[in-house]
Amino acid sequence: MAHAYTPGLKVSARASLRRHRVLPIPGEVLVAAGQRVGAREVVAQTFMAGEVTPLNLANLLSVPPGEVPECMLKREGETVRSGEPLARTKGVFGLFKSQYHSPAAGTIESISPVTGQVMLRGEPIPVRVLAYLAGQVVEVWPGEGCAIETEAAFVQGIFGVGGEAFGRLRIASQARDEPLGAGHIREDMADCIVVGGGRVGLDAIRAAQQRRVAALVAGGIDDLDLAAFLGYDLGVAITGSEQLGLTVIVTEGFGDIAMAERTFALLSAREGAEASVNGATQIRAGVIRPEIIVPLAGAAGEPAAGAGAPAAGILEIGAPVRIIGDPHFGLIGQVSALPADPQALESGSRARVLEVALRSGLRVVVPRANVELIEE
Amino acid sequence: MRTIDPDKLQVILATDCGSTTTKAILIERVEGVYRQTHRGEAPTTVEEPSADVTIGVVNAVSEVGELAGRRLIGDDGTILRPSRDGAGCDLYVSTSSAGGGLQMMVAGVVMQMTAESAKRAALGAGAIVMDVIAANDKRRPHERIRRIRELRPDMILISGGVDGGTTTHVVEIAELVASAKPRPRFGGQYRMPLIYAGNREARPMIEKALGERADLRIVENLRPVLERENLGPARDMIHDLFLEHVMAHAPGYDKLMRWADAPIMPTPGAVGSILETIARRAGLNAVGVDIGGATTDVFSVFDGVFNRTVSANLGMSYSIANVCAEATLPRILRWVHVPMEMRDLRNRVKNKMIRPTTIPQTIDALIFEQAVAREALRLAYQQHKEFATTLKGVQQQRTVGDTFRQKAGGQTIVDNMKLDLLVASGGVLSHAPRMHQTAAMLIDAFEPEGVTVLAKDSIFMMPHLGVLAQVHPAAAMAVFERDCLIYLGTCVAPRGTGKPGRACFSYRIESEGARREGRIAVGDLRLVALAAGERARIVVEPERGFDMGAGPGRRVEREVRGGTVGLVLDGRGRPLELPEDPAACRRLVAQWVDDLALYPAPAPA
Repeated sequence: MAHAYTPGLKVSARASLRRHRVLPIPGEVLVAAGQRVGAREVVAQTFMAGEVTPLNLANLLSVPPGEVPECMLKREGETVRSGEPLARTKGVFGLFKSQYHSPAAGTIESISPVTGQVMLRGEPIPVRVLAYLAGQVVEVWPGEGCAIETEAAFVQGIFGVGGEAFGRLRIASQARDEPLGAGHIREDMADCIVVGGGRVGLDAIRAAQQRRVAALVAGGIDDLDLAAFLGYDLGVAITGSEQLGLTVIVTEGFGDIAMAERTFALLSAREGAEASVNGATQIRAGVIRPEIIVPLAGAAGEPAAGAGAPAAGILEIGAPVRIIGDPHFGLIGQVSALPADPQALESGSRARVLEVALRSGLRVVVPRANVELIEE
Repeated sequence: MRTIDPDKLQVILATDCGSTTTKAILIERVEGVYRQTHRGEAPTTVEEPSADVTIGVVNAVSEVGELAGRRLIGDDGTILRPSRDGAGCDLYVSTSSAGGGLQMMVAGVVMQMTAESAKRAALGAGAIVMDVIAANDKRRPHERIRRIRELRPDMILISGGVDGGTTTHVVEIAELVASAKPRPRFGGQYRMPLIYAGNREARPMIEKALGERADLRIVENLRPVLERENLGPARDMIHDLFLEHVMAHAPGYDKLMRWADAPIMPTPGAVGSILETIARRAGLNAVGVDIGGATTDVFSVFDGVFNRTVSANLGMSYSIANVCAEATLPRILRWVHVPMEMRDLRNRVKNKMIRPTTIPQTIDALIFEQAVAREALRLAYQQHKEFATTLKGVQQQRTVGDTFRQKAGGQTIVDNMKLDLLVASGGVLSHAPRMHQTAAMLIDAFEPEGVTVLAKDSIFMMPHLGVLAQVHPAAAMAVFERDCLIYLGTCVAPRGTGKPGRACFSYRIESEGARREGRIAVGDLRLVALAAGERARIVVEPERGFDMGAGPGRRVEREVRGGTVGLVLDGRGRPLELPEDPAACRRLVAQWVDDLALYPAPAPA
């Protein structure tokens, strides 16, 4: 036995999931423990300090910085409306006074006699946290947020763009290797999460944007299509904050890859159910993978399966694996041998390898680093 | 921390807690000489579910112990000290870059002057600089405030103004930082550590602006006069705060700090420290590079001046897509001599990005990976050259206006002709199947000129030796010289360009009992055997228009060092230019691949 270098992605028909929904700064939690919530329900809210407008009144009024406090018509802590007089110079013998009107509404935060700078803080910005999961509030941290639990079918993708989205699950492809094209995206798919089998094409993405589809899920995507969709070449895999009006999740990787059989079957079985998805991906320092969550009604699930971060699994004879490196990228099989000693690869490197029995009956030898376990 | 008597140290244990792997080495005094004897590694355990760095340390140390036949972990689960009866060690030291390393934001008044000095201080201390805020950074004040709010650095360094100069601008920067109410990365449990190293006259005003909002520490001005930098006090304070705040809040580090016999250093800070020490002791000009999955660090010491840069998004796995975006695929493919399909390559790059632990299995995949590495290294070195400059704004100034006009004149101090030693580390360089490939990547990316020794860090030991040098410099030096570096050989390359096929230089190599001579034409690359440990004298007579360091066309005689690769005589010219036409480029690169026997022949069609 040996540890897999790459933890596999979770694909589970029933798992107990818990998600923490926490405010970025302290605020108010609107739900109580035990309460059932819908995915789109606001569970906590707060106000972030408003934008700051620095105003260099010494320059604006042409006075030395030390005189700025005396010129102020408003004191620190007072509020000011947009266009309201904010400061006035004393002028010469009371004449030729110049006045400065506030360019924005806000509160005077500070007046500096050193630099002549006045900091004007704008209206607080509301921040709302949605439940994201339809389920039950199991824990509340007053002022901070809450934890929500649900029983759900759970699929982790390998890569995604766009943030949280919600909608009814619709299966657009007939088979797990059928590419997703514009023709698959129908008028009645607005606000839905549309699942394809193989590679999702740029035409399908454009059509989905046009028809206000909430999210697309597919096996693979071409990097060129992704760049066209994003409008730039993605450099580092930290995503989720894109404002594209559409979340896209791929379950297998880049290129022409069919969705794993189990994933496609699981999503197909849940067609029509309400689901929550998140495209946010982060590969470095605290891995975050995109996810598709389809809450189940009633019945208890397997205890805590899939709730935490996936741990590195055990590679053993018979374990189902996906090859994640060339020249066999995307192929699925079972581990058929685990030689202990490092072996020479075609590249000339020496590495620990394993043998995979592919579904075609062919057996191939690949570095252990180039497989991932298909986990449940 | 225990008191250490350096003379009594027999067994030294050092660890480096990286983002993914914790590496441990054992150094023992063998017949009066310090030697690195065993190494072990284990996954780093900073993240959940373990969330305790010492678990990874114990695992890595246990592996070393098993290999050495020495019990290093005591019954209480900590490191056993002192060494007695074949068990334990006398000294334990560690470096760390786990959890994303040390992340800082720096600010100054003028981007090219005090802000640049502040950036140099932070980088030199081993930090990743997330952003540089300056009065002339072309952002509007509210944009700067928004940026400071968005970032969640471990600490902030503010500088600005020479001592006795105007205070207004630096106080203005401090007011912006105060308004932004920056939050530290590890949550709101403590106040943001903030170092002020600017105009001493402004200290009371800085205290007023920031004293209540941050954990303010004041140190000497890092640019007391325009003509001089004084980075030491700021760097030391960064190290102190790193231990006090960053380390203390990372999982398990409170325990690790208690175990260690010397302060834990940020990994890049330790690498820089050892390279600086070695270069100064030997009177060398040296460049070191560490190419990782996410970042590439470049360190240089020229004429005793140390510089470090971190290219945050140039790396071979997490950041490989960014290398391709910045360098562009056509430029990367200049180094590939076999046909490859663009669409397939783009997908391959992204698949590596999302599954960063995969390794190249085929020759094609290896060739492509090494081509990407050349461009990542080239870009990182270019950034380093632009940063490692003479102080800007100090020459012949008469008025402030003149000073500002001259600041663009800060010349890079990186001079490839003066470069004596180029040291490589990081996966793609260290684990290349053939060392010839490592040498070729270094030469193609860095384009050393004149006579340059090429080496690689055998097992990435430089961080351990850097921190050890703080306690026992002699032991660190001894191990560095004997066990740390693997010499690849020497590159001999004149500066200048010419028409392919035209004479470039002639050479004569004299070693014990052997004399070899020949001519190199423009575009030629020749490998001459000179084994590790061997030295020879080389006489190079460049043609007109080519310079080996003594001036165009002038003869040069130098001692050269052999290695696992040998002598590389490079007549391809400097700067190194490749044909624009892809087919011609591929033919030429294929020739070079043959000349250096880089890949098993025949390469796949």
